[in-house]
Amino acid sequence: MSSAIPLRLYVNGDRYEIAVEPRRTLADALREDCGLTGTHLGCEHGVCGACTVLVDGQPVRSCLMFAVQAEDTSVRTVEGLAPDEERLHPVQQAFWENHGLQCGFCTPGFLVLIAGYLEEHPDAEEAELREVLSSNLCRCTGYQNILTSTMCAARAMRGEP
Amino acid sequence: MKPSPFEYVRPRDLAEALAAIAQDPDDSKILAGGQSLIPMMNFRLARPARLVDVNRVPGLAGLAADGDRVRVGTLTRHHAMERTPLPGPLGDLLRRAAAHVGHLPIRTRGTFGGSIAHCDAASEWCLVARLLDAEMTVRSQARGTRVIPAADFFQAVFTTAMAPDEILTSIALPALDEHYRTGIAEFARRAGDFAIVAATAAVRVEDGLVTEARICLGGVAEVPLRSAAAERVLLGARWSPELVTAAAEAAAADCDPPGDAHGDPAYRRDLVRALIPRALGLDVRR
Ligand SMILES: Cc1cc2nc3c(=O)[nH]c(=O)nc-3n(C[C@H](O)[C@H](O)[C@H](O)COP(=O)(O)OP(=O)(O)OC[C@H]3O[C@@H](n4cnc5c(N)ncnc54)[C@H](O)[C@@H]3O)c2cc1C
Ligand code: FES
Ligand code: FES
Repeated sequence: MSSAIPLRLYVNGDRYEIAVEPRRTLADALREDCGLTGTHLGCEHGVCGACTVLVDGQPVRSCLMFAVQAEDTSVRTVEGLAPDEERLHPVQQAFWENHGLQCGFCTPGFLVLIAGYLEEHPDAEEAELREVLSSNLCRCTGYQNILTSTMCAARAMRGEP
Repeated sequence: MKPSPFEYVRPRDLAEALAAIAQDPDDSKILAGGQSLIPMMNFRLARPARLVDVNRVPGLAGLAADGDRVRVGTLTRHHAMERTPLPGPLGDLLRRAAAHVGHLPIRTRGTFGGSIAHCDAASEWCLVARLLDAEMTVRSQARGTRVIPAADFFQAVFTTAMAPDEILTSIALPALDEHYRTGIAEFARRAGDFAIVAATAAVRVEDGLVTEARICLGGVAEVPLRSAAAERVLLGARWSPELVTAAAEAAAADCDPPGDAHGDPAYRRDLVRALIPRALGLDVRR
């Protein structure tokens, strides 16, 4: 009744032909079937945000979506943020420069969340960004450096010094 | 933390969806935003044998004017509600309520109708539906369409008047005229959490007099609770901050909230007293 079915996923512009049971979450399909282990799993019930990916540009919890639901969509994960092998995405760069991570477990989720939001709302102000950051949990940093990194990335993406 | 196996069905239209659910209603579940159902499946609190994914059924999302009402398609995402351009007191209420539902990545997937079908006592949309006496339109293959008023719809925790073979298709809300004051206020430990207590209000004031009063509370009963006591205080009276304080007192005295780790009954009653004025834009922290 529930054997693997063939599924085509588009992730970071690449095509993946995989076979999954319907119960496979998008997070597990990315990690186990596509080999993209940048997406982390913390709570698996929607609370922590470590698994955040962009589906058609929108941030979603990939632990709360089945892989089969992502058919014909475009998925973007932390592996797809940097423009090439040499450069980091402005949000990654800002995290690097501002010590926006400690253990790094929550980092992929934050990077994807923030990159997705700033690409859509380049003029976002601090209060709005704080609200967005409240979506995800970090057990290490106390959030201040994540906020600093986010503000710094926002300026960089607007082309400000 | 992995769901048990299920059969996945992705109907292309409502007729297909109704047929799929009709085959085995007791062991099937509709999958909308998945933001309540999938956590329950991950915990194996829910183990449906078949999921009917309605996300690609056309015509189930969006807001449309319908005479003196606004019809909300069941599949309208929380995020779309947060950004609805609907003018007036109803649009204000919907935007403000949406912003309280979880976090952005929950709101991009979770749906208005999914919340209402799920029937959590602290859900913002269940509160709004009960506040405004919304009418839920549900359909089944066997019995066609029926309309269920909010007063009958929400029955107990996670329990509605819908039968297992029925699909909620839309929710009708009254288009409130410009004399209404609407709002929502809630208290939760962290941003995005379900509220411990939430208060919603829609009060119509014309020429200084209250001509209609609706107050609905979440977190004080199994289902959203209209405060008849507060509404009685308000109706027909002259609008003033003191009147709202009196209504909040009446609501607090009249309700019988449960106690749990998040707050005992007395604490919840204090929250009711504080939140009703805030829902009406009066901050009485003095
Ligand atoms: C971290 C987190 C925080 C959250 N915080 C809040 C919050 O503060 N406030 C709040 O209100 N909610 C909150 N939620 C829940 C969220 O709002 C859900 O989106 C909502 O409760 C259910 O909507 P859904 O579309 O995701 O439904 P689903 O999860 O897909 O379904 C929920 C239930 O409703 C049934 N159902 C769905 N649609 C239909 C239909 N059209 N016809 C018949 N049955 C149907 C399903 O079969 C299932 O039983 C939170 C969720 C998470 C993960
Ligand atoms: S793993 Fe998905 S939100 Fe925690
Ligand atoms: S850096 Fe460790 S959880 Fe955020």
